[in-house]
Amino acid sequence: MEGLFIINGSEKKLSFDSGDILLNVLRANGFTEVKSGCHEGQCGSCVILLNEELVNSCQVFAAAAVGKDIVTIKGIGDIHSPHPMQEAFVETGAVQCGFCIPGVVLAAYYLLKNNPDPDDEEICRALDGNLCRCTGYVKIHEAVKLAAKRMAENV
Amino acid sequence: MSDMLNIGKPVQKMDSLSLATGTERFTDDFHVENPLYCAILYSPHAHAEIKKIDTSTALKVPGVVDIIHYNNVPRVLHTTAGQGYPEPSPYDTLLFDRRVRFVGDRVALVAAETVQSAHQALEKIIVDYKPLEPVFDPERAMDKDTPKLHVDDEHAMIPATYEPEKNLAAEVKISFGDMKKGFEQADFIEDHTYKVHYASHCAIEPHAVICYFDERGRLVIISTTQVPFHVRRIVGQVLGIPVGMIRVIKPRIGGGFGGKQEVFLEPLIALVAWRHRRAVRICLTRKEVFVSSRTRHAMRIRLRTGVKNDGRITALDMDGLMNAGAYGTHALTVISNVGSKTLPFFNKIENLNFCGRSVYTNLPVGGAYRGYGATQGYFAFNQQIDTIARRTDKDVLEYIKRWHIKEGETSEVFKALGEGKEGVAQAIRSCKLDECIDRGSEAIEWYKKRAKRIKVGKNMVKGVGAAVSMQGSGIPKIDMAACSMKMNEDGSFNLYVGATDIGTGSDTILAQIAGEVLRVPTQKIIVLSSDTDLTPFDTGAYASSTTYVSGKAVEKCAHDIAEQLKKVASGMLGTEQKNLFLDSEKAIDKNTKKSVTFTDIALSSMYEKDQFQIQAHASQTVDESPPPFIAQFAEIDVDLETGKLKVVKFVSAVDCGQPINPKLAEGQVEGAAVNGISYTLCEDYNFDSIGRMTNPTFWDYKIFNIRDIPEMETILVGSHEETGPFGAKSVGEIAINGPAPAIAKALYDAAGIRVYELPITSQKVWKLLQEEKPV
Ligand code: FES
Ligand code: FES
Repeated sequence: MEGLFIINGSEKKLSFDSGDILLNVLRANGFTEVKSGCHEGQCGSCVILLNEELVNSCQVFAAAAVGKDIVTIKGIGDIHSPHPMQEAFVETGAVQCGFCIPGVVLAAYYLLKNNPDPDDEEICRALDGNLCRCTGYVKIHEAVKLAAKRMAENV
Repeated sequence: MSDMLNIGKPVQKMDSLSLATGTERFTDDFHVENPLYCAILYSPHAHAEIKKIDTSTALKVPGVVDIIHYNNVPRVLHTTAGQGYPEPSPYDTLLFDRRVRFVGDRVALVAAETVQSAHQALEKIIVDYKPLEPVFDPERAMDKDTPKLHVDDEHAMIPATYEPEKNLAAEVKISFGDMKKGFEQADFIEDHTYKVHYASHCAIEPHAVICYFDERGRLVIISTTQVPFHVRRIVGQVLGIPVGMIRVIKPRIGGGFGGKQEVFLEPLIALVAWRHRRAVRICLTRKEVFVSSRTRHAMRIRLRTGVKNDGRITALDMDGLMNAGAYGTHALTVISNVGSKTLPFFNKIENLNFCGRSVYTNLPVGGAYRGYGATQGYFAFNQQIDTIARRTDKDVLEYIKRWHIKEGETSEVFKALGEGKEGVAQAIRSCKLDECIDRGSEAIEWYKKRAKRIKVGKNMVKGVGAAVSMQGSGIPKIDMAACSMKMNEDGSFNLYVGATDIGTGSDTILAQIAGEVLRVPTQKIIVLSSDTDLTPFDTGAYASSTTYVSGKAVEKCAHDIAEQLKKVASGMLGTEQKNLFLDSEKAIDKNTKKSVTFTDIALSSMYEKDQFQIQAHASQTVDESPPPFIAQFAEIDVDLETGKLKVVKFVSAVDCGQPINPKLAEGQVEGAAVNGISYTLCEDYNFDSIGRMTNPTFWDYKIFNIRDIPEMETILVGSHEETGPFGAKSVGEIAINGPAPAIAKALYDAAGIRVYELPITSQKVWKLLQEEKPV
């Protein structure tokens, strides 16, 4: 079947089978910035925003996302004009291998959208669906705090 | 270090913005035209003989192109261990064998036009197994009446003990002094047995491989590997094709931790590509990674120490039995490291004995895992030291300070025990362990909390524990790293390194080193790493070698470039080369202060006079492996009623020489420490009665998330290692060694119970609280 998706602001017509998982359809169509670490809803590396809600794209049928608004990590900023959240991750040294990072950054972005001044506990709760084996989470936590501070200063 | 431009500075990791914005590519992100997709059939039996394999129906599934198994592939014995040649791991592995040796051993591979066809066909392969009696208990593996796993022509490539007829994958023994006398001199003997368990690396990126043919028909392999050059060699060996026909590219890697030092997938996928002259790809599922890739070697370690009442150890006997699993990859070198990384630590023990054995069992295969034997050894060692210090009424920190190896000192063990063969004699040139202990204990408030059993809730008690360890920096006389460099018109430089950045940031720190020598900002160094067609050789990312070995190669190479710069500048300035120094991207005459910019030097050498390319290359091998040192501290709260244990704070104070990039060094320590805490408290392989792992998902194999971590503090205690690049030693592995013993010791401190067997789960603590009379 075919469906129209709005991915990072542009309309895309993608073809897929009825049982296909959104993550696979996105990756097969070049949106490889959405990663796959487990395919079982446990690692958060496949996180996207679907109609402004944070979801693990490995847990969503592509058919269920037709017509919806999808934001991947490339949708919030790019290498030439990164989002403050992306910059904060770079500055604090929160990016090691970077495989988890698209998911983590999106989860953090989503958090600040809904809660611009989160406390430590709220940061942890917002990111507890994203596994990272490299950083020990210490600098990830710092990055989110730094981004919150920066973004508050700039409004 | 104040006049340093790049070294010791928190330079931004050069790929971090591209990773954070999603433009970098990992293996499975590469597009290839019209590939075949693969799916692998795994053995449901721990030990069986394949009587017959029938693929006729499976081959009829539309889209299926090939099914390979033991009957139709070449029989080439090799090891999947990505180590130097000849490998110290035995040649005991085939692409497919008639015999399967663990649940998860590979039986067949389907290549098809789509993933779906490949999976459909898998289900239609009919395999007739003759089950054989399995061996699960390592203690029984060598018994006479126990079935043997490797009974054909398996063999070792180096002169080392390898006796598959006894299920003995490796054996290492060293002995000094007179053990009998040593134990006789003792006032008391502490004799304890410790056990460490299986674990998965859990790199968030699963193993993946893509093969395709370039325009000229050469085989290109993109792989999630820590060892691209070993991949090229081993694929050439197994497929019987010249190395010159193969190009291995390492893109971004989503974490390795040792798990991607194994060349178990590339030969298979390359074989399919070679048979069909087509692009082929595979990406393992998480379950496949858990079950069929590699693990931390589980071990039993018995430590016997003869001790005088004043605390002096008169004899130490370490007996290690390692479960190699079904194949002997890293079986020899990990068990060697158990001894070689721990025993030199207390270097004044005169009577010393070490016996380490690795045995085959029908369980998942062990392999390289961050810490590489040191993690196993230090769990036992640190707990034993705690017991001795308590019994002799000493503060364990003072006790460690009294006896540990110090600057200028050596240990006979360095020479006796290397990586599967004799080691290399060395004296310690840098050791700031005492400072690590002091600063770490201050951060955890050791003397306020130790032995106080502070109550923090109804049944909650506080305890603190400390663990120390050392690692190495590369493998002396084995590891080799090479690099080359050239200059561009604008005074930037291309740096080509074989060294393999697997997420650690080694591309960045190597650029920092080159930039420092040339006195240019790191951004002026453009790094290309680990492409076997484009970059010089490097043994790869393992054994904590990259900073120390590859870094030194880069330092040497950059010095060569610096001399060439000065030579051109001396012509341009009409001054002697020896009067010139480099700074601020200029060559400056120290007497006249006249200068010429790097850009002008480059332009002159390229276009104007005595034209040549400013370029250099360098190789580096090392004669010693200076250990980094670490002191780690756990503060825990334990519920005496329920056994619930919570790590509240964790401190690591590390001497890694001069940190090239403190932020990245901290990141290594934090990541390793959290991995270690997670391993200690909640990670484990559960097996059922037929040897099958029952928890191969992140749902059931729990690893720490951001909510689980304690307050973390990392202290970099600077030292200067004269043999390292700008004084650096390694930092990648060491911090995983301390969590298990530090937490176990904190538990004893809080509740008076000693855990000898990992993991330390709440159930185990509760049980011990019931069974034992806590002291
Ligand atoms: S890949 Fe979707 S949660 Fe792991
Ligand atoms: S940075 Fe590697 S998994 Fe998070």
